[in-house]
Amino acid sequence: MTNLTDLGIAAIRDGFKAGDFTARDVASAFNEAVAGAKALNAFIVETPEIALAAADQADKDRASGSLKPLSGVPIGMKDLFATKDVQTTAASHILEGFVPQYESTVSGKLWNAGAGMLGKLNLDQFAMGSSNETSFFGNVISPWRRNNGDTAALAPGGSSGGTSSAIAARLVPGATGTDTGGSIRQPAAFTGISGIKPTYGRCSRWGIVAFASSLDQAGPMARDVRDCAILLENMAGFDPKDSTSLDLPVPNWEAALSTDLKGKRVGIPKEYRVDGMPAEIDALWEQGINWLKDAGAEIVNVSLPHTQYALPAYYIIAPAEASSNLARYDGVRYGLRDLPDGANLQDMYAATRAAGFGDEVKRRILIGTYVLSAGFYDAYYTQAQKVRTLIARDFDQAWETCDLLLTPTAPSAAFGLGEKSDDPLAMYLNDVFTVPTSLAGLPAMSVPGGLDALGLPLGLQIIGKALDEQTVLNAGLAIEERAGFTARADKWW
Amino acid sequence: MSSYRIQGTTGEWEVVIGLEVHAQVTSNSKLFSGAAASFGAEPNTQVSLVDAAMPGMLPVPNAECIRQAVRTGLAIDAQINRWSRFDRKNYFYADLPQGYQISQLYHPLVGEGHLEIDADEKAGILEAKRIGVERIHVEQDAGKLMHDQHPTRSYVDLNRSGVALMEIVSRPDMTSPAEAGAYLRKLRAILRYVGSCDGNMEEGSMRADVNVSVRRAGEELGTRTETKNVNSVRFVMQAIEHEANRQVDVLEAGGKIVQETRLFNPDTGTTRSMRSKEDAHDYRYFPDPDLLPLELTEAFVEECRASLPELPDAKRARYVDVLGISAYNAAVLTAEVETARWFEALLDQGAEAKQAANWVMSELFGALNRLGKSIEDSPVSPAQAAELLTLVTDGTLSGSLAKQVFEKMLETGDSAGTIVERDGLKQTSDTGAIEAVIADVLAKNPGQLEQYRSGKEALFGFFVGQTMKAMAGKANPAVVNELLKKALG
Repeated sequence: MTNLTDLGIAAIRDGFKAGDFTARDVASAFNEAVAGAKALNAFIVETPEIALAAADQADKDRASGSLKPLSGVPIGMKDLFATKDVQTTAASHILEGFVPQYESTVSGKLWNAGAGMLGKLNLDQFAMGSSNETSFFGNVISPWRRNNGDTAALAPGGSSGGTSSAIAARLVPGATGTDTGGSIRQPAAFTGISGIKPTYGRCSRWGIVAFASSLDQAGPMARDVRDCAILLENMAGFDPKDSTSLDLPVPNWEAALSTDLKGKRVGIPKEYRVDGMPAEIDALWEQGINWLKDAGAEIVNVSLPHTQYALPAYYIIAPAEASSNLARYDGVRYGLRDLPDGANLQDMYAATRAAGFGDEVKRRILIGTYVLSAGFYDAYYTQAQKVRTLIARDFDQAWETCDLLLTPTAPSAAFGLGEKSDDPLAMYLNDVFTVPTSLAGLPAMSVPGGLDALGLPLGLQIIGKALDEQTVLNAGLAIEERAGFTARADKWW
Repeated sequence: MSSYRIQGTTGEWEVVIGLEVHAQVTSNSKLFSGAAASFGAEPNTQVSLVDAAMPGMLPVPNAECIRQAVRTGLAIDAQINRWSRFDRKNYFYADLPQGYQISQLYHPLVGEGHLEIDADEKAGILEAKRIGVERIHVEQDAGKLMHDQHPTRSYVDLNRSGVALMEIVSRPDMTSPAEAGAYLRKLRAILRYVGSCDGNMEEGSMRADVNVSVRRAGEELGTRTETKNVNSVRFVMQAIEHEANRQVDVLEAGGKIVQETRLFNPDTGTTRSMRSKEDAHDYRYFPDPDLLPLELTEAFVEECRASLPELPDAKRARYVDVLGISAYNAAVLTAEVETARWFEALLDQGAEAKQAANWVMSELFGALNRLGKSIEDSPVSPAQAAELLTLVTDGTLSGSLAKQVFEKMLETGDSAGTIVERDGLKQTSDTGAIEAVIADVLAKNPGQLEQYRSGKEALFGFFVGQTMKAMAGKANPAVVNELLKKALG
């Protein structure tokens, strides 16, 4: 019998349906893998009993012939999604011990589709970070190591670092992520897995702890493109509880998967050739271009002239929204309360928020508060919004000559934990290729393309037109087939 | 222009007043959540996850609240902005769960409009005046802190958190406390006609921030102060009076007015400083990224327009021009929507307008006053009143009999017809009976008869009175008059 934890979502779904194994077998295998991987610190809460209960239900449903789309499939849930009766922290101290009485729309859809929960996955605190070093519950460690004998712990990327690490280490076959400026795509690239951020509004934000509302978008991360399509179909959909959710039917992405890109024009944006990018990434990009050509696509050179302003605009807009979104963590109604002796209300706020937020979260709240302040608002926030409009227009203009864009996902392979944590700007630069798409609200995905000289995965990013997840997935699949990426981290944990 | 001036020791000062009225929108649920918005429930029983700002919760606009604000805008002839947007006003307070209030700073729902206040010479308003309304925007109310529940702690009641408010911002067009009072009363009347706010100031569903400055005639506007959350018309007038005089005293003593927020003390009728502009919050307004811009269709606005009732000014004009009711009666009958509603129900029952207006103004208001009841709680219904008035019109009852019957209606709740039959209060036009009584009266009063016949015609009334008295008030006065004239020659 195959090792069940080596199976992806489609394989589990299909094998379970065919009667090759029981859902309980699958859940037990993954539970065991999770329990044996404490060293990765990918989980904040493990929920083996919930996974088993869902599996038992799936086994019953199979017996009664009432299988659901994800029956028998256990998954991980990023700890940014509120899960009823299960602690939800956003990896923060301020929400430590917070147990919601409600279920986020996206997680609820997955459970309704028959999926089971293996646990709540670690992340950068409030999804702020690119290395998963800002979690109150400790760093997540990537299962990958350099092939030069160096055993330094590497970053799994962020903010969905628990998700990427757990999938790469085969602790879960797939899991949810959220992406505000690259938090699905960059960790996927760092760990050799796939992940898609759909069009803004595809997935409801209701019940997801907010970081930057106009950018936050949930999406799936999994071992391959098909698995991403399967999960996304069961996450997306209109939600009247989220005013920004799109009232559109959910396409049957999996069924429409195709690697035939004939007639598709792939744009190569010249502004993404940044100084100091490793030659290996450039080479992989060239390779990606050839793979897409091979799949029938036509390659065109395009320009996204305002790309260089995307990162600064993002690091104004996202903190501005965050500074306001995080105001509700004040110690009054739930979560941490630090009430020093004789403290008044202001003292309580100060003490609670000083103790409850980590440094990176505080940094962004301060930046956001600053850029929204009287006298600075126009120079920063208003200007950043104008830039955002220009970035979106760049993409609109590119769509006149192409149907999708191909870029590297990140400007480097995974770096070592601690290597950039003292230099926020260097850390922010990790998002340089992912942020413009977030600002424009477009669908984008990262798929693994190969390994660098140190044996670390590198990702390619495919960016699509709004609502055209299908073309993005198809191009991802075309690359996946041609890249034949089968490398996996050797188990050391 | 008001004649109102403050007489300082150095001369006269004009007062300039603008009001920001917060009016709670009448709706079943809150502005951005499904929780109930009713008043007076047990603390924290009308709080949704959104109102408590739980992690991941999102606002969804309540169309009914938007509709009510648009209808209000239309009622003051204001521009309706088909594109508006919600902004966050950020500040920390324990009654503000989100840490921000969702409001509209940059692009309000309703733009420029106006309403008319009437001339009121007694109050020093020499002629009718148009007061500009700069804008109406919708926003969330905050919760309520309760400081009297525990010796060292404060409690928070979130029932009100998220309830929809309209902020109605006037132009600084008022120049006396009386004008401000008239504006508030008129605005309240319009809101109640429209049904977009119950106007109940005691329950806090309408409150005003009062902006006041003073200046010498013809000079530039002075520095203003803002007195927050004043919750009755009388208090608003007091606050202005006090604040204007305080400012004059400061200026005449060589001081300067500081732009600041002040609080009104209803017990003393005075204001005191709460915080100055220097300590003012930086609210860091920015567009709420959880909400899309609010875009209204033409059809929606037209539906709102079509749903508007006849408004007080139009109604009053119709009462005068079409129904022939006196200007004074028309003003009183249309001032409150409940009065107009009651009066029109009376007309619907067939009552004649002028007669009905006079009766409501004198008899009904008199009775309600005595009983301490409002017109909605009137013990006599419009249908019952219409029956009473019909009995007067058809000659069954005289005016004085009608008064007696009305009293009995108030006491017993019986209909006028029942009372007339049971108590025999019908007026008589039986000429034979009346002539017999007249003959008797003349026979019993030979002295007066003598005087009348020798030219003291004023005694006619005496004979009428004696005849009516002898007939226990039931004789038809017109018939009595006619027959007496004949008998007296």
